[in-house]
Amino acid sequence: MSQPFYVAPEQVMKDRADYARKGIARGKALVGVVAKEGVVLCAENPSATLRKVSEIYDRIAFGGVGKYNEFDQLRIAGVRHADLKGYSYSREDVDARSLANQYAQMLGQIFTHEMKPMEVELLVAEVGNDADEDTLFHILYDGTVMDEDRFSVLGGDAEAITERMEALFSPGLDTQAAVNAAVDALAGPDRELEATDLELAILERSSTHRRTFRRFDDAEVSALLGPGR
Amino acid sequence: MNLPLFDPLNDPGPDFASLVDRAKPTALPSTPLNPGDVPHGTTVVAVTTAEGVILAGDRRATAGNLISHRTMRKVFPADRWSGVAIAGAAGPAIEMVKLFQLQLEHYEKVEGNALSLEGKANQLSQMVRGNLPAAMQGMVVVPLFCGYDHRREQGRLFEYDVTGGRYEESHYAASGSGSLHAGTVIKLGYSTDMTREQGVDLCISALFQAADADSATGGPDLVRGIYPIIASITVDGYTEVEESEIAERFANMVDDLQSATAAPVGGRP
Repeated sequence: MSQPFYVAPEQVMKDRADYARKGIARGKALVGVVAKEGVVLCAENPSATLRKVSEIYDRIAFGGVGKYNEFDQLRIAGVRHADLKGYSYSREDVDARSLANQYAQMLGQIFTHEMKPMEVELLVAEVGNDADEDTLFHILYDGTVMDEDRFSVLGGDAEAITERMEALFSPGLDTQAAVNAAVDALAGPDRELEATDLELAILERSSTHRRTFRRFDDAEVSALLGPGR
Repeated sequence: MNLPLFDPLNDPGPDFASLVDRAKPTALPSTPLNPGDVPHGTTVVAVTTAEGVILAGDRRATAGNLISHRTMRKVFPADRWSGVAIAGAAGPAIEMVKLFQLQLEHYEKVEGNALSLEGKANQLSQMVRGNLPAAMQGMVVVPLFCGYDHRREQGRLFEYDVTGGRYEESHYAASGSGSLHAGTVIKLGYSTDMTREQGVDLCISALFQAADADSATGGPDLVRGIYPIIASITVDGYTEVEESEIAERFANMVDDLQSATAAPVGGRP
């Protein structure tokens, strides 16, 4: 009878983490920013149909980077979780924290028990009544959750983009300033991003509709970016 | 509550009802046996206008010969561009509307695109058909569904029967116990390409006349300030007419009726 080779748990975890990180680093990045008029979500995404940013519930949005089929499966699970919860209890009982914990459980479970970890990073954003109440949950491939209160950067090249965001961010930015900060941080000094390279959405704080999520179309994105681009 | 995940063969897709059925079956409404006298909502009407559709419903619910609610809502937004009005057993009807609203929203979020108006109308048809066993127990639900069709650029309205039969009407529809009277008023007052204001006035008049002739339909309650709920659906979406505007239009209609029916001075020749 053959014995399986012994591999140290540290090594297994490291290999899996490297594998997931490599997969995520191949994809383009996404930034979530807390702004005056709501939470702005900005992703570099040349596709107009395969989306990285979506609506989950009245005041909750989802952002995913990495492998599309994997984060899209998680997005749909999130919509289902939220709609089921709102249906069995009440719409106001649906919150981002509970959903972020569910995602973390799920990703953690898969990371430790399955052959292949999920090559995704997620953002669960919720808009509050004022900017202090906005929440950004950043969830990693291994189930680590980070609660961020100014901005979140997910995906490839996140460190450099975070550094640029640090320099560009200030509390109380209006939508246009927040969008431009996010786009400049995503692009870096050597590139220009155009409206068609971007996917932009906002959770509007003072929306007259129950559902606060709104997607900007290319024309609106161009207008927000200004005539310089 | 865990994250609902399914294997591809068992995935409910964008259908919220099948999702509930798989994830939390006890949350779905079931057919009660012999429910007895439950509250019933009564009269709802809809008319098409030049800009879209007007949807209106009175506020009364009755259980047998008692008035069980005076402020019941029978007109609801289904999503941003459509509305639904219900007549019939109040409990199942409100539950059906709640599920229908969620069904549309859930589809839109999962698929990333909203259903077509036709698709929404068919979806409601299936839900009415699903209610047939309850309808056989006396819990009939007969909705009206209206919306703005962005592809055809016009307002459209649909009425249903107990079996889920779906009938598109090009001009107007009425449902519920007072529908005969309300429908007749609309039939006589209707003209194509009415303005929103004319449509609202016609609905007000139809509900008033229905309340006048049908005991289960509620008229305007001036003491408590309760008026029908009237919604207008146009290219800009679903909006409800302000209560103050409805009150004013009611007052004008009552004035007109009074001057038309007052006995002439000196008696008739």
